[in-house]
Amino acid sequence: MWRDAALVAGRDLRVELRSRVTVNQVAPFALLVLVLFAFALDPDRQLLERVASGLFWTAVLFSALLAIARSAAIDETDGVRDALRLSGLDPAGVFVGKAAAVAAELLVLEVLLGVGVVVLYGADPTGVGLLVLASVAATAAVAATGTLYGALVSGLRVRETLLPLVLLPVLAPVLIGATRAWEAALAGAPADGWPWCGLLAAFAVLYSVAGALAYGTLLEGS
Amino acid sequence: MTATTSPGTSSPGAPSVAAAGPAPEVPANTGSTATRALGVLALASTVLLVLYGLVWSPADVEMEDSVRLMYVHVPSATYLYVGCFITTVASGMWLRKRTPGWDALAGASAEIALVFSAITLGTGSLWGRPTWGTYWTWDARLTSTALLAALLAGYLALRRLDVDPDARSTRAAVLGLLLVPNVIVVNRSVEWWRSLHQDSTLVKLDPTIEGDMLVALMVGFLAMGLIFAWLLVHRFRVAWLEYQSERIDLDVALAARRTEALGEVGAGAGPPPGTMTGTSGTTGTTGVTA
Amino acid sequence: MIAMTHAGYVAAAWGGSAALIGLYALSVLHRGRKLSRRVPPEERRWS
Repeated sequence: MWRDAALVAGRDLRVELRSRVTVNQVAPFALLVLVLFAFALDPDRQLLERVASGLFWTAVLFSALLAIARSAAIDETDGVRDALRLSGLDPAGVFVGKAAAVAAELLVLEVLLGVGVVVLYGADPTGVGLLVLASVAATAAVAATGTLYGALVSGLRVRETLLPLVLLPVLAPVLIGATRAWEAALAGAPADGWPWCGLLAAFAVLYSVAGALAYGTLLEGS
Repeated sequence: MTATTSPGTSSPGAPSVAAAGPAPEVPANTGSTATRALGVLALASTVLLVLYGLVWSPADVEMEDSVRLMYVHVPSATYLYVGCFITTVASGMWLRKRTPGWDALAGASAEIALVFSAITLGTGSLWGRPTWGTYWTWDARLTSTALLAALLAGYLALRRLDVDPDARSTRAAVLGLLLVPNVIVVNRSVEWWRSLHQDSTLVKLDPTIEGDMLVALMVGFLAMGLIFAWLLVHRFRVAWLEYQSERIDLDVALAARRTEALGEVGAGAGPPPGTMTGTSGTTGTTGVTA
Repeated sequence: MIAMTHAGYVAAAWGGSAALIGLYALSVLHRGRKLSRRVPPEERRWS
């Protein structure tokens, strides 16, 4: 299964590198979201610093919607679905591969956004260990959940509007957890943040398993 | 006060029971003796609820009469969760058995749960206003319920897709199966989150319930439960009819295509085009058992 | 109905809930009637 996963991940990332959509469109979009928040909230340095974690993760979530939609779209072109089914690749491997690709893209995005938040909102990057681990766990959670839900709505004409509706409520706990963990880290009190990190990790595991199990059914079903 | 309609008694379906003539009438609705009985009981218990809830039970010491909202709010929240549970179980059963009855049940239960979530949120919000001054407090229960409503809305939206019915049911079933786990995760994290802010304990002052207030609450559970059950049976039947109706449409379309194809054969064209394309096994051969 | 405090909220909540359930019930029954006309009785499993 891991070989299949690596295969699919490689393919997805190569598609992404060739089209450069993440670099050219999603990243600027994410930064734009950060800027727009500043407009909305009035750049009072104090306020922005306090809400930096929340705004960061909100921007990540919105960007993730785009990344996941793109990931699902790769398999929607004519015949790719059938090719996947007939190829004998383990569906769980396909799932893991796709999720890994999305996760990789999101992590790159998060580094970029992290810099953005430090620069634009004056956040103070202490507690790096917690920051990094929480981000990894949250990203895994978002990628796994998103890949599964992306498959649920893939191929549909209403996909663009349906994906946010089904995915965002499910990811609310991830938003809560990641923001609290980051807040704890940035405030210099990482002890408060580790439990949230645990929640994120558990969430990631839950959805990785669920996705791996369900992907086969979904691939066949359509 | 009670706006629930008399269940099926006003329908033209009654003749199916009364007519003893040679040609029995076809009931033109989703009613039956069972639902009529259920409906009568639901109405009766609702009347009882109105009496107990609005008249016979006392006002609370702190909240005064706004506590009467609790008799609707708490049961409706409970049955909201019951509905979600039914949807998840039915979704799982559909994935195992693949009989249409389970799919119908999953969808019906979710829709009713959405209605109950609206009631829970509405009564919760209106209860909050006189008690704590605002229509919306970000307390754990209301917030979780709001997210739950969103989850249900997403699920119901997914069910309306215009894809091949088998694929639609499969996708919906996977989503439905995840409903209860999602609810659990969301509830836990929202609770934990709000507990970080001390105001959550101050804000949710559950009234001490005793005597007639307790009776009113129990009657509330009874009445809402019967209403839920009545709605579920009818909505399930509607879903069943929708499934049958879709099948009929499919059969009609297939038959039309077949005659078309035969017509072409008659005209000397080659072998008839594949008449079985695009119907991944949903032609009327699926079992009618649930 | 005896005069009660917060009468507006109580009325709104109870009335609104009743209206919601009532309208929904009507909608379900209506859909049922419409569909029943299309589907022959053998396909149903209730009388």
